[in-house]
Amino acid sequence: MKNLESYLADHPFLKGMGKKHIELIVGCAKNVRINPGEYLFHEGDEADLFYFIRDGKLAMEVFRPQKGSIVFNTLGNNDVLGWSWLVAPYIRHFDCRAMDVTRAIALDGNCLRKKCDEDHELGYDIMKRFVNLMEDELMALRLQLLDIYDTPIK
Amino acid sequence: MTHLSNNKPVDTQITNAAFIPEMFVIKKIRKETEDTFTIELAAENGETSFEFLPGQFNMLYVHGCGEVPISICGDPNRPNKLFHTIRMVGDVTRAIRRLKVGDMLGVRGPYGKEWPIEKAEGKDIVIVAGGIGLAPLRPVVYHILNNREKYKRISILYGTRMPSDIIFNKELESLRGRFDIDLYVTVDRADQKWMGNVGVVTTLIKNSNFDPENTTAFLCGPEIMMRYTAIACQQQGLAPENIFVSLERNMKCGVGLCGHCQYTGKIICKDGPVFNYDTVKDLIKKREI
Ligand SMILES: Cc1cc2nc3c(=O)[nH]c(=O)nc-3n(C[C@H](O)[C@H](O)[C@H](O)COP(=O)(O)OP(=O)(O)OC[C@H]3O[C@@H](n4cnc5c(N)ncnc54)[C@H](O)[C@@H]3O)c2cc1C
Repeated sequence: MKNLESYLADHPFLKGMGKKHIELIVGCAKNVRINPGEYLFHEGDEADLFYFIRDGKLAMEVFRPQKGSIVFNTLGNNDVLGWSWLVAPYIRHFDCRAMDVTRAIALDGNCLRKKCDEDHELGYDIMKRFVNLMEDELMALRLQLLDIYDTPIK
Repeated sequence: MTHLSNNKPVDTQITNAAFIPEMFVIKKIRKETEDTFTIELAAENGETSFEFLPGQFNMLYVHGCGEVPISICGDPNRPNKLFHTIRMVGDVTRAIRRLKVGDMLGVRGPYGKEWPIEKAEGKDIVIVAGGIGLAPLRPVVYHILNNREKYKRISILYGTRMPSDIIFNKELESLRGRFDIDLYVTVDRADQKWMGNVGVVTTLIKNSNFDPENTTAFLCGPEIMMRYTAIACQQQGLAPENIFVSLERNMKCGVGLCGHCQYTGKIICKDGPVFNYDTVKDLIKKREI
């Protein structure tokens, strides 16, 4: 099994990042495992961590009173989960449930924010990568909202 | 035979007979989803031999109601079985749904340009379908399964609105069981009972396993979906020349004469419906057409 550092260095999200910065990030990382049906977090929780999913599957859900939860996205191998750790007041906006056994690397947002404040080059690099992630998610969400397969028969 | 079956350019073959549909009998009707169904047709004399190339379509005629272009979605190696999968959207498609086993349907075809499956031999193949767009691509899947050794990695990515909108459920299940094909299905929305992926089909591209230098992609679905899927493919390094799309416009003659399906300089029924994305990428963004 690869260690944390080589896994993160090889991850597409961190592609091209210098060794020095990878080492700084690894200092905030730990391995986590979550079983099917367990929740990684709920809406309103403190957003203190974000994740590099190694393998498994996670469902992003919004709970609707009396109607149950609706899944609006799923994430799997190699996906990066969570950017609320970057945006004050660092609160989760949805629930996240494991659909399969999921292994991930969790990054401590507090720890990384401090390092980004101290080293603006790292901060700028991280920020650019997360803006890309946000753009991808926003684009996907827009397409989802367009309801492109809309049924003409009502 | 009135249909233009030998796949030669239709211009040289057009006769009055080309506009007279041949009558076929509905042999079977299978419900796929609430609004989509598959029909199997047989020649009136019982001897069906309907050769076609993956991507081609027929004009289906309901007496007294009208005619619509519908892709042929069976196995090109089994021309004795003619299948169409149809989504009810308006007058003619609803009228086809009202027909019963044993009723007659007029058929003209096969028409149009095929998916370039032979040129794609030796390459990785990415098939991306949205909604009913899986039907025109199903013959490609059959062709690849019949000639598996001629292709490298195969990824099939299929997106629908909800789990209940998935067509060809049984076939998809058996494809999922194969070790030599990667199949991913995703829906735009689902409840907790759904154990598959949720998210637009474009999001599956980045995690699928293909060599961008040696891949052909076949896309079929709503035009907006194909546009963004093509962008996602290009972000993974695929050149526009290696991406193919199937376009739809209202059609009348089906043989390139009437100009009804004209799309700037192209006539969809004759020059398409399958086009190289590179040749239409600027057109499918245009508002005026
Ligand atoms: C080359 C080609 C291959 C096709 N293959 C298939 C196929 O395999 N299966 C299939 O179900 N359809 C296919 N279509 C689309 C099919 O031809 C149309 O859905 C059909 O012509 C609609 O006719 P109608 O009389 O039922 O509806 P109309 O009365 O013409 O239209 C009713 C309503 O539906 C809308 N509508 C029309 N066409 C579409 C469409 N394509 N998608 C969404 N809304 C539409 C119209 O805007 C209108 O609001 C294909 C089209 C082309 C050009």
